[in-house]
Amino acid sequence: MNWETVIGLEVHVQLATKTKIFSGASTAFGAAPNTQACAIDLAMPGTLPVVNQQAIDYAIMFGLAIDAEISKTSVFERKNYFYPDLPKGYQTTQLEKPIVGRGTVAVQLADGSSQSVRIHHAHLEEDAGKSLHEGNFRHGMSGIDLNRAGTPLIEIVSEPDMRNSQEAVAFAKKLHSIVTSLGICDGEMSQGSMRFDVNISVRPQGTTELGTRTETKNLNSFKFMEEAIHLEVERQIDLIEDGGTVLQETRLYNGETRTARSMRSKEEANDYRYFPCPDLLPVVLSDQRIETLRSNLPELPDARQARFIEQYQLSPYDANILGADTSMAGYFEQATAKSGNAKLTANWVTGELSARLNADNLSPDNSPVSAEQLAALIVRIADSTISGKMAKEVFEGIWAGEGDADQIIEARGLKQVSDSGALEAMVDEVLAANQSMVEDYINTDPDKRKKKLGGFMGQIMKASKGQANPQQVSQILAQKLSEML
Amino acid sequence: MSIERQAIENLATLARIAIDDNRIKEISQQLGSVLDLVDQLQAADTSGLDNVANPTQESQRLREDKVSETDQREAFQAIAPDTEGGLFLVPKVID
Amino acid sequence: MHNLTIAELVEGLKNKAFSSTEVTQYLLTRIKSLDTEFNAIITVTEAEALKAAQAADQRLAQGDAPALCGVPLVHKDIFCTHGVRTSCGSKMLDNFIPPYNATVIENFQHSGAVMLGKSNMDEFAMGSSNETSFYGPVKNPWSTDCVPGGSSGGSAAAVAARLAPGATATDTGGSIRQPAALCGVTGLKPTYGRVSRWGMIAFASSLDQGGPMARTAEDCALLLNCMASYDSKDSTSVDRSTPDYSAHLNASLKGLRIGVPKEYFSEGLDPDTEQAVRAALTHYENQGAQLIEISLPNTALSVPAYYVIAPAEASANLSRFDGVRYGYRCDNPQDLQDLYCRTRAEGFGEEVQRRILIGTYCLSAGYYDAYYGKAQQVRQLIKQDFVNAFEKVDLIMGPTCPSPAFKFGSKGNDPVAMYLEDIYTISTNLAGLPGMSVPCGVVEGKPVGLQIIGNYFDEARMLNAAHQYQQVTDWHKLAPEGIQ
Repeated sequence: MNWETVIGLEVHVQLATKTKIFSGASTAFGAAPNTQACAIDLAMPGTLPVVNQQAIDYAIMFGLAIDAEISKTSVFERKNYFYPDLPKGYQTTQLEKPIVGRGTVAVQLADGSSQSVRIHHAHLEEDAGKSLHEGNFRHGMSGIDLNRAGTPLIEIVSEPDMRNSQEAVAFAKKLHSIVTSLGICDGEMSQGSMRFDVNISVRPQGTTELGTRTETKNLNSFKFMEEAIHLEVERQIDLIEDGGTVLQETRLYNGETRTARSMRSKEEANDYRYFPCPDLLPVVLSDQRIETLRSNLPELPDARQARFIEQYQLSPYDANILGADTSMAGYFEQATAKSGNAKLTANWVTGELSARLNADNLSPDNSPVSAEQLAALIVRIADSTISGKMAKEVFEGIWAGEGDADQIIEARGLKQVSDSGALEAMVDEVLAANQSMVEDYINTDPDKRKKKLGGFMGQIMKASKGQANPQQVSQILAQKLSEML
Repeated sequence: MSIERQAIENLATLARIAIDDNRIKEISQQLGSVLDLVDQLQAADTSGLDNVANPTQESQRLREDKVSETDQREAFQAIAPDTEGGLFLVPKVID
Repeated sequence: MHNLTIAELVEGLKNKAFSSTEVTQYLLTRIKSLDTEFNAIITVTEAEALKAAQAADQRLAQGDAPALCGVPLVHKDIFCTHGVRTSCGSKMLDNFIPPYNATVIENFQHSGAVMLGKSNMDEFAMGSSNETSFYGPVKNPWSTDCVPGGSSGGSAAAVAARLAPGATATDTGGSIRQPAALCGVTGLKPTYGRVSRWGMIAFASSLDQGGPMARTAEDCALLLNCMASYDSKDSTSVDRSTPDYSAHLNASLKGLRIGVPKEYFSEGLDPDTEQAVRAALTHYENQGAQLIEISLPNTALSVPAYYVIAPAEASANLSRFDGVRYGYRCDNPQDLQDLYCRTRAEGFGEEVQRRILIGTYCLSAGYYDAYYGKAQQVRQLIKQDFVNAFEKVDLIMGPTCPSPAFKFGSKGNDPVAMYLEDIYTISTNLAGLPGMSVPCGVVEGKPVGLQIIGNYFDEARMLNAAHQYQQVTDWHKLAPEGIQ
């Protein structure tokens, strides 16, 4: 039987506020345990929450970016359950009246097609702390760090509109692109700034009824998400084909072992007993506030991509890659402004630079090669001072902190020889020294002569220690050989 | 009204309160008596009324996103039942 | 000296008739000798009190003394006090020493008041008799085999026994007014949002409100001047300037329209209590006020609505007491669930456990709409009753409680009998309105109270009416036998 996969996502996005959603404690990442957990975050008796304006604004900005309905009145509720990283014994979240209503996200797929994923709603809530199961403490215990408790989140809930892992990952990447472009999330996946819960079910191709779904929780990279979906889809299909049934359950994916398991603790029937939080009042938004935020929205990825195609004549493929990421886009535009060559700059930013940044897990904002430095390098490629091959060497030098392009070209003597007189002499020398090759060339069938040029090129480049301008050499060589015929 | 043993046990689990077997009958009667009282609500005609959770007419005030809290871990953990290395300790959490 | 009112103490301290240290020392000694009997105070803060009194005396000497400088008070043990154990009447918090102050406590510190100690209360403010305290019941100074009322029974008994001239208290369903009535003192629950709830340990967040208790309305005004404030740390605190509650105490009552709800004088009201309340109403008529019979038709629904909403909110508010970060933790937990379940079974008393279970039930899947949802709608009906009434009247008056103080254990094993004690006080909490209790008679040797309900933020008018009544009556001056 052929199976169709149905996927819906719940995406937790940590908002890039300075303080918690309900307290004035810092949200900075990486502090010593419990040094950023204030009395409110610890749920000390008698403490009360007050809502962070910035968290509200960020949620609205997300809603505006996906063209969703913004609730004029939204309500915080309490979701009751006991867990050591949940100090109040309830999570303050939104249920009946979330701040962001229905919206849609346009997703570009690798094959160039596009798809629209419906957003059911997005709500504001507080993050929980962390339970550490191993560490510098007594065996048999868990250590609780509440620094993260109270960090503002928006949870974005999609409709089950995705049909395979590529679509799910493309959607997730698009959300990443939107929230980082808005500046409402730092997008640092490795720090848990975006986490994905994936709801997966399968059904016989052609049917419309949804199968029983499982929820794989807390995936914090696109790669893990893709792997976890493959694994779960395979598991469900195997299970059904072997005569079993899929149980509705919460699953946990382990990226190291590439395995998943059911979370037993979550199997216990939960009754969260939601009710409106009496310590907080309804959040009422004025039209004016919403309009102010709308008019101040930064450029969004779709608009930026269109502009790149228009303004820089980039291919849709390059525009897509460069436009998706705000810092990448900024880097590209800064470099292009200096280099004056958009196409070449785009090639370098999407190629060499991205590869090196990815390998070292760096963002363009903290690239060792600045946009100015890359632009200076590109200028030297464009004016034929260096070849593309040399440029890679120079790039490595800049990356390693050896200086700017010109300094490295100078220091390493990498200047390309473009002086026609010098190149002609070089070509003459090689031709003179390789008479048999020349004769062979002349005797070869005219249609097949082109293939023989490579041999000469190699000799000439070798003689020039790689510094001859290859385009010029190739021209001169062709010229000289034709004269010999 | 009386409440079944199973229901009391479920409530106790949700509320994380250990209840001795020998108390269940009494609790069941007392909760039943309270539920008889609150069941008087069912007679009220509340059609068209909002479910408002707070008596004030105000809306939520918003706070500026400015750090106002300093590290007070030492003071907070001085009154904690069990801590080590700055962490609050509990018996191992099993997911 | 123990008979001096706060107004008199302020005057005497200013005139150097006595020092704060003298008054404080005197009352500390009095607490030591008398409170073994009443059990009104859980923690006496002798050293802190004497230090604060000395500081107050210095400021008084320098002539820059704030309003309540040097005045000794007790605070209900529900208000967090930095460095002083705040138990909320529970074993759960028997070892809890907050590293912060409640806003109310801060306000009193700024106005120079001296804290004598923390007063006893029903556990987590859940009770109407002060029998549920982990620290044992408080005895009514008028009759020690009777309850003082609750949950602020310790505060009421302390003021009645002249252990302190005034006290802070809180009221979720009548917890200021009922003990004030049963102990013969004056108490005021302000409009919801008038007094900050920051640092006041929550029972039911949408109903809880702090307020003062003292022997006179004039003193309550002085205390409320300090207690009421807008607090940006409490989202439900109302951003509204605080009037001078003492300014209008002497206004004439001519033309005052007093609503008398017929539902407050129906079956269940003790006839002698009714007579005392009617007599008080006659006094108002004599002072030029007009009595208007009104109806608050949904009064009977207030108790059932309250016993859904309050336990529902409490069931969540009390989840933080889990033995992880502060407070009680059971010995040798076998695993995490054992830690939770035994900590909460051992740390909470029976009434608290019962209310958590009721609240859990009312919010659980399948019951939410029928209980919690319905109760919140009924709350709108009750509120609307008052809105309608206040179109015709300026104040509403009636009994605070159905009868005078009852004997310990007399409400038996049925929680509902106890819950009905609050029939006249609960609806103001549901509506968020201010309410007050003023001594208006003695029945079987025990005091009874007149309840005064005002419109939103109309505390000044209530205090004016109460003060004028206390100018022509002496009920508030009566002391329990043996106390004079």
